[in-house]
Order: sequence, then structure tokens, then C-alpha cells
Amino acid sequence: MIQELHQKLITKEISATELARDYLRRIEEKNPVLNAFITVAEKEALKQAEKVDKKIANGDEISLLAGIPVAIKDVIMTEGIKTTAGSKILENYIAPYDATAAKKIKDAGAVILGKNNCDEFAMGSSTENSAFGPTKNPHDLARVPGGTSGGSSCAVAADLSVYSLGTDTGGSVRQPAAFCGVVGLKPTYGSVSRYGLIADASSLDQIGPLTKNVADAKIVFDMIKGKDEKDATSVSLKHKNIKTLKQKDSLAGFKIGIPQEYFIKGIDAEVEIAVREVIEKVRELGAEIIEVSLPYTEYALAVYYIIQPAEASANLARFDGIRYGNRGITRNTTLNYADKLIDVYKKTRAEFLGDEVKRRIMLGTYALSAGYYDAYYKKAGQVRTLIRKDFKKVFDKVDILLTPTTPTPAFKLGEKTNDPLTMYLEDIFTVPANLSGVPAMSLPCSKTKTGLPIGVQLIAPWFNEDALFEVGERLEKSNL
Amino acid sequence: MLTKEEVKHIADLARIELSEKETEKYQAQLGKILDYMEKLKQVNTIGTPISDGGMIDLENVWREDEISDRQLVTSDKELISMAPEVENGQVKVESVF
Repeated sequence: MIQELHQKLITKEISATELARDYLRRIEEKNPVLNAFITVAEKEALKQAEKVDKKIANGDEISLLAGIPVAIKDVIMTEGIKTTAGSKILENYIAPYDATAAKKIKDAGAVILGKNNCDEFAMGSSTENSAFGPTKNPHDLARVPGGTSGGSSCAVAADLSVYSLGTDTGGSVRQPAAFCGVVGLKPTYGSVSRYGLIADASSLDQIGPLTKNVADAKIVFDMIKGKDEKDATSVSLKHKNIKTLKQKDSLAGFKIGIPQEYFIKGIDAEVEIAVREVIEKVRELGAEIIEVSLPYTEYALAVYYIIQPAEASANLARFDGIRYGNRGITRNTTLNYADKLIDVYKKTRAEFLGDEVKRRIMLGTYALSAGYYDAYYKKAGQVRTLIRKDFKKVFDKVDILLTPTTPTPAFKLGEKTNDPLTMYLEDIFTVPANLSGVPAMSLPCSKTKTGLPIGVQLIAPWFNEDALFEVGERLEKSNL
Repeated sequence: MLTKEEVKHIADLARIELSEKETEKYQAQLGKILDYMEKLKQVNTIGTPISDGGMIDLENVWREDEISDRQLVTSDKELISMAPEVENGQVKVESVF
């Protein structure tokens, strides 16, 4: 889609300004119901579009992303534009600088339409934890769009933006992509800079694109990837063992692993049937199907819900009402009065952080506290090593893994909000990729009888995003 | 299972004020989540190192400790002005003790 729009722009079939206005009009019309955007940056978007139009008029060469309307998840900083992380504590926070990923697409001429709704500080699985109200699933307004990049997946599915930059800590790009019927990529840990991303869990977070199709995911990923001196965990990409397929429509010579642990009891029947059909499809396309096992998968969720809260509890210590954001006391009144610094911290966090964020901070604080560190954080770190070894071993045998993205299609708003553990179980197929750092992508493969999208997940070895694109594009072409 | 006192202690460490009702709610919810974590006890991890995160080939990043002529992205003035309370160009807070 990006390539096609780019062609239309450079042949002057449409102008960047017309394109931006077209998307802004749809946002104005549909966002009051969908709530995919927290902030719409109309003025900035039109200014950027004009700049691109001038370049085109001058006959200058423009980047593939120039003039293409994009939305950005509200945990990624955008200079001069409000960046809330879906939290009351940052409800008036104007980012003082750009995240590297945002800067890269801005420098390429991208037209930023606004900031997408998300679960507060990217903690959740449904976007219901946003302080600014939930986003709706455009396929069924009574259902969630997934989370935490639910505003992003909704915006792309409903044509409110061409693509979006989301973030994936335990499935937050892939699961909403599956729920809304779009493509979502979580790159290899370290391949995209996290500078300017409001940190959730630093050893798990990655910025990734949500797009209409696989070709777009590749275009955006290629634009945002690479080493950044401002993120010490970012690396220059060293592509290893890339198998390039010779025939355009065939998967001959490709070994695709089906991990038995991802077809468990409790998986929705329609989801299982849809994914089994994809397996038959890749077999028809010539791939060799190999049943494999990743025995430590069953512990991944427990490991994740120790490590993520532990890291988040440290990262979110900075939100204390001192240097930026809201502050939870009123001076010169007896109401909510605090006369000691520690009370300012406690009242600020009590008032402006949401339930789920408090829950995770406490869970993480507990897992790191004296007397419990060995039983929780250390144990989880060790099992994480074993989960990673599972992937290492399995990728000696196969080129790529194929699994369902989620155990169920989109669930109803409010269905899981009273039971945090049930909500956590939603992430069961997506967290292993974050724990081990491997890249993974969800793409739409089918729909339920009631019209809800179903996603299939492809998982590749470290730095082999190209394998995801190669297989993904062939699946797309085969009219999945 | 967590006791009420443990929940209060964690909230104190986490710098979050909780009401009595919230304490009870989190006691039940956190207890249930921690019960789920019990399954990790089944895994034999003797001699297994702790994972160093999502990266492979983790390397430390070094640079010379010297003053860079690179422009700061944001001025200190601008950053300080973001604080909820500022006086004479400094962030103002309540007394520590």
C-alpha cells in the first residue's frame, strides 16, 4: 500500500496534502466512536504534507515514506506533541524530543497524524487500561481491539492511518494486529532503537510497525532499524543464515516448524482450524512441515509476569510528581495535604496511576524485595535462559515457526477486566518471542463465522526478519 | 498467599498510598497471580545462569569520558520548566524529613 501511494504521489495523481486531509477527515468522523487516537496533530500533519508537496513540485527525490500518513503509539515520544503513555500522570506532557524511531520516519517525510491510544504505560492486553477510555474493535464495536497497541491496530484496520508505530513487550503489536486483521511485527530485540520510548520493561520492549500488508511492514522496519548510540542495547544488523527463496510463489526448500506447545487445550476451535489450514497451505506451497517441541513454553507466561513487572517497577519509579507530569497534592489547603516528600510520592502515584499499573509495580516490587528475589526474579531469569535455549535448538532444525498469535479472537469489552490473571493468559503465545529476543510477526489468516479476524504468527531466528517477510508475502499472495 | 501486612509493606516500598479497600483488593489479586508463579518451582534450574535479557552477543558500550561538542537535544531550562513546581530556576519539593 505504501509503494502504491508513493507512486501516486510522485506521479502527482494525488498530493500529500489531499492524502493527509482525507485521513484527517476519516479520523474526525470515526474517532469519536473508535477512540483510536488520544491526540490528533492536524496542524503539524498538514505542515509536513505541504513540505512534501513542495519537494515533489520541485522535482526532488522523496523517500518511500514521504507524505504517507502515519500514527504513533502514545508511548513513543514526538517532539512538541503531547505524549501521555495512556496515563493520567502524563496527561499534559509535551515530549521535549523525538524518539529515534519517530525521528527516522519524520526525517523521511512521514506525515504524523497523531498519537494512538494504548494501555497505560503499555501494560494490558485490551487497551481497556488507558486512562483516556478504551479503543473499540472496528470489526465489532462491542469487542476490544487487543492491546497494548490497540489504538494502532484499530487505526490501521479502520483506514485512519496507513500504518502505525507500536511497541511490543509481550505481544502488544502482534495480538492487537491479530484482533483487528492487520499485520504486526515485533523485530529482534536490539534491532530498533528504544531511545525516546517511555520504558515499560527494558529487556523486552521493541518498537514495531502495524501495517496493512507484509510489504509495508518490511518498508517501515527497514526505515526504523539500526544501531543508535543513544540506545546501548541497539545493534547494527548482522543478517545471518538468510534463506532467500528463488521462486516467487513457492516455499520449496523452506522448513517450517509447528511447535506442539502452541496447540493446547483451551484454544478456540475456529482459531485452531484456521491455523491448521495455513499449515496445509504452506505445505501446498512446497514447505517442509516439521513437528517440533519447545518444552519450556508452558513456563513462559509465569516468567514474563515476573520479569516485566520487576523491570517496570524500576522504570516507573520516575513518575513521582517531582520533575514532570501531574502532582498529587494541593498546596495551601488541608485537602490531600502532604508535608513530607515521601507523601508527595505516595499521593501522586495513588492519584494518577491506574489499577493495572499499580498492580504490576507492586508485583515487581515484591519479586525484587529482600527475601523473595531468589524465588521470583532469579528463578524467572534462569527459566528465561532455558526458554531461549529452546529456540536456539529448534532453529537448528527449522527456518521458521508457525503458530496461532492468540488463543482466541477478540473478546468483549469488560469481559476480562475483573480478573487480571485471565487477562494475562491472553499473552500466552506471544511472550516467548520477547523473552528470547527473536523476531515474530502476526498476519491475518482467516475470520470467524461472526466476522472476527484470526491471526497466524511466524517466528524466525534472531535478526532473520527477512524470513518473516519472505514467508509472509507468499502466504498473502496465496490468498490466505 | 500474601498477608494484608505484606501488601501494605510492598505498597510502601513502591511509594503508592492504598486505602483499606484497595489493600484488600490487591491482596486477593496479587495472591492469585503469585499462586500461578508457583509452577516455576517445578523447573530444575541448578547451574542455569540468569538470562542477560533479550539480546544475543551482549557487549558493553564504552566511550571516552570527555565533553562533547554535540548540542544537547533539550536545554536544561526547558527540562526544569516541566516540573510541577519551580522556583528561581530550581525544582521545588516538600521537606525530606
